[in-house]
Amino acid sequence: MNTRILSLVKQSYYWWNRWAGAAVVILLLVTIPVLTILLQLFEPPGDSWYHLKENLLLTLFSNTLLLLSGVSLFTFLLGVSTAWLVSNYNFPGRRYFEWLLILPLGFPAYIMAYTYTGIFDYAGPIHSFFRNHLAINIKGSLIDIMNLPGAVFILSITLFPYVFLISRSSFLQQSKTLQEASSLLGSHRWRTFIRIALPMARPAIVGGIALASMEVLNDYGTVKYFGVNTFTTGIFRAWFSMGDATTAIYLSAILMMVVFTILYLESLQRGNRQFGNANALTKPLVRVTPNVKKQFLYTTFCTIIFLVSFLIPLAQIVYWVILTYEKVINKDFFLLIYRSFSLAAGTGLAVVILSVVLLYALRLSPFKWMKNITKIATLGYAIPGAVIAVGIMIPILGFDRWLAGQFSPGTLGLILSGSLFGLIFAYIVRFMAVGYNPIDAGFQKIGLHVNEASRLLGSGPTRTLWRVDLPLIKPSLFSGILLVFVDVLKELPLTLILRPFNYHTLATKAFDMATNEMIAESANAALIIILTGIIPIIFLNRMIRRRDV
Amino acid sequence: MTEIFKAILILIIGVLIISCNGQEQEIVNVYTHRHYEADQQLFDNFTAQTGIQVNVVSASADELIQKLELEGAGSPADVLITVDAGRLHRAEEKDLLQSIDSEILQENIPQKYNSPSNKWFGLTYRARILAYSKERVDPSELSTYEALADDKWEGRLLTRSSENIYNQSLLASILEAHGEEKTTEWAKAVLSNMARSPKGNDRDQVKAVASGEGDVAIVNTYYIGIMLNDSNIEEQRAAEQVGIFFPNQEDRGTHINISGAGVTKYAPNKGNAIKLLEFLSGKEAQTLLADINFEYPVNPEVEHSPLLKNWGDFKSDDIALYKLGNKNREAVMIFDRIGWK
Repeated sequence: MNTRILSLVKQSYYWWNRWAGAAVVILLLVTIPVLTILLQLFEPPGDSWYHLKENLLLTLFSNTLLLLSGVSLFTFLLGVSTAWLVSNYNFPGRRYFEWLLILPLGFPAYIMAYTYTGIFDYAGPIHSFFRNHLAINIKGSLIDIMNLPGAVFILSITLFPYVFLISRSSFLQQSKTLQEASSLLGSHRWRTFIRIALPMARPAIVGGIALASMEVLNDYGTVKYFGVNTFTTGIFRAWFSMGDATTAIYLSAILMMVVFTILYLESLQRGNRQFGNANALTKPLVRVTPNVKKQFLYTTFCTIIFLVSFLIPLAQIVYWVILTYEKVINKDFFLLIYRSFSLAAGTGLAVVILSVVLLYALRLSPFKWMKNITKIATLGYAIPGAVIAVGIMIPILGFDRWLAGQFSPGTLGLILSGSLFGLIFAYIVRFMAVGYNPIDAGFQKIGLHVNEASRLLGSGPTRTLWRVDLPLIKPSLFSGILLVFVDVLKELPLTLILRPFNYHTLATKAFDMATNEMIAESANAALIIILTGIIPIIFLNRMIRRRDV
Repeated sequence: MTEIFKAILILIIGVLIISCNGQEQEIVNVYTHRHYEADQQLFDNFTAQTGIQVNVVSASADELIQKLELEGAGSPADVLITVDAGRLHRAEEKDLLQSIDSEILQENIPQKYNSPSNKWFGLTYRARILAYSKERVDPSELSTYEALADDKWEGRLLTRSSENIYNQSLLASILEAHGEEKTTEWAKAVLSNMARSPKGNDRDQVKAVASGEGDVAIVNTYYIGIMLNDSNIEEQRAAEQVGIFFPNQEDRGTHINISGAGVTKYAPNKGNAIKLLEFLSGKEAQTLLADINFEYPVNPEVEHSPLLKNWGDFKSDDIALYKLGNKNREAVMIFDRIGWK
């Protein structure tokens, strides 16, 4: 009896520590907008719902499903194959591909869509070349990419770096010992990949594909431009074309439930298995140098992917910039760069700190089911930005009104809702998953033993975090900051709605111009988004590469 | 934990201090869906003339209306600007705008461009016209929007998706003229005459005509103007391949839509808001709008730009513009039912 009580007391002590307290506060804050929207499920849907259900729902679902499965498949193929090549083989250019292949992340998907359409259309380089130099008029689009397969193509080449980045850092953290054992037992390298490396990297790969999938669900610009109706265009249609916000939020709530189910099934499937091994970092992977023919093959493969996903569209953008920079570049433009940059960096840091607190509380907790609760914090990523914006505005405006009510009327306007506070809060809600997933994978990779050992030797949880856990997952931390950074830099719908007066970011500027069909002019801001993305990518890559030469 | 509370407290105080600054400066806060470069120039001119600073938030009209609704009486916005009458009408229906009694506005803007209750005013108008291939189409073959339903256009028509407000308003105007049944038939026939499924923006339709993918595109006038003046010579060439045809000249006239503005119901700077609208309807601003963005000025005193003159005068559909808003929902539902993406 006594021991039972004692163990209960002990358990509650472990469960209720400062970390758990902080985690609860973060969870509450982050789930406010999500809950605000989920509550709408208890309201009856607007009357547009029946119209949508009757005429569009089937198309929306099938298009969304096709888009999701297409992009998941191609991001997996592109991301994992390139990650495996650059982390396991020596071939010419390998060191460069390590970071070149991350660069497409800096491309906002809708800019990529406009760019590729521009390359293939009447005024594009291909048509012009044939017309002006060979006197051949090509009829119609040379390659028609404005359709569903085109959208899969555009989204895959902009999103595969998520999978590449995360699975590469997972491959790098895998111990050499296991793979050596596999080779010693007579396994071919290919077999080792399928049987050892791939299963061990599964949490990371699935995390990467999950990120890409959620980006797909949030994409509005590409599918709208290409005339592909998806769930997201359905939400916008209900809300904006029909003026029925209730139906729109109802639709997004359903979408959220679907995503939540997928995430839950994934975690069930992963079960309680551990994917780490104790001495993960003691012996890094040694790269194999294949024969010349294979080296040539690998280099060509990576080069083609890099050309298609980055260099060719970049060249088109640079060409547009050359045509238009005189009209667009002025001193305001530099202010834009500064603002976008500091917003993105600040949010990246905030998200990573909050993710570490959440995950560390989870690490210390004895309860397995805590994991599913913590996952709620990452749900914001699955909600279209425009909907999150409303989920944030309702509570913030409520707070503002309450605050204004404490003073004499008229002295105080709406304070938080007109400030950057709301915007950054929204970014954190929206991009929590982006920082959370790589750190989660990082913690899983190093396993619990190091932490337990440190604490058995008398270090407190905080000291252990600083001295043991954080240094070990440094690559994951930087992955997190970088991913959030580039995401915020590209973010559009939230920024459009929640930004203060006269506040432009590079993304909103590019979008303004693109919606006015000044695609060439919009390329200036787009180019800066893409180029600013490169600096932290190179920096980060150094960190991931660690001591490896 | 106490640190967290301290941090939040400091943040709130900081925001308070920032938001209390600059009270004496005269301002007007604008929510706008128009984000053309010409607009910023106009606002700068306004500030130079009146000393009133113009603060701008630009986003899509729907989002801005949603924002106004949520903010309610505490909204900092004074002026709402959209690029289509339907959205202004929606804002009016949601009771987000107030009536403005201004002699200058009455004088500068013909009543047909305004709401009957003077809750919003047109600033510019644009026509939804037929851009045809000069090579393959003789203008005498073209007559009305209705005639595009004819079989002879099979596989030759181009336009963007029904997601776009310009197409929604066009269908709303046809709905007003012919009723639901005929309009549905028309939309079905036009859809089956498309050279490709509806997608892209207006400029893409013009380029598709130039490259021979289709022969007639339904587009807005000013895009042709912008293309003809593009820094890319190939864009100019594409626009030169097409002729401009104003449909329905023999009956109700070519469909037009406005970009316009209204003063918000709870405008904290109402006086400045009215001044801004008056300025925008004035000769100087209207000339700039017409010249830079190739739109038609609503002020009849203002001369059209040389390009617009070159296209010639045309008869416009005089349907009361708020009806485009009234019929918008019905139009969208027709598009959905017949599968016009």
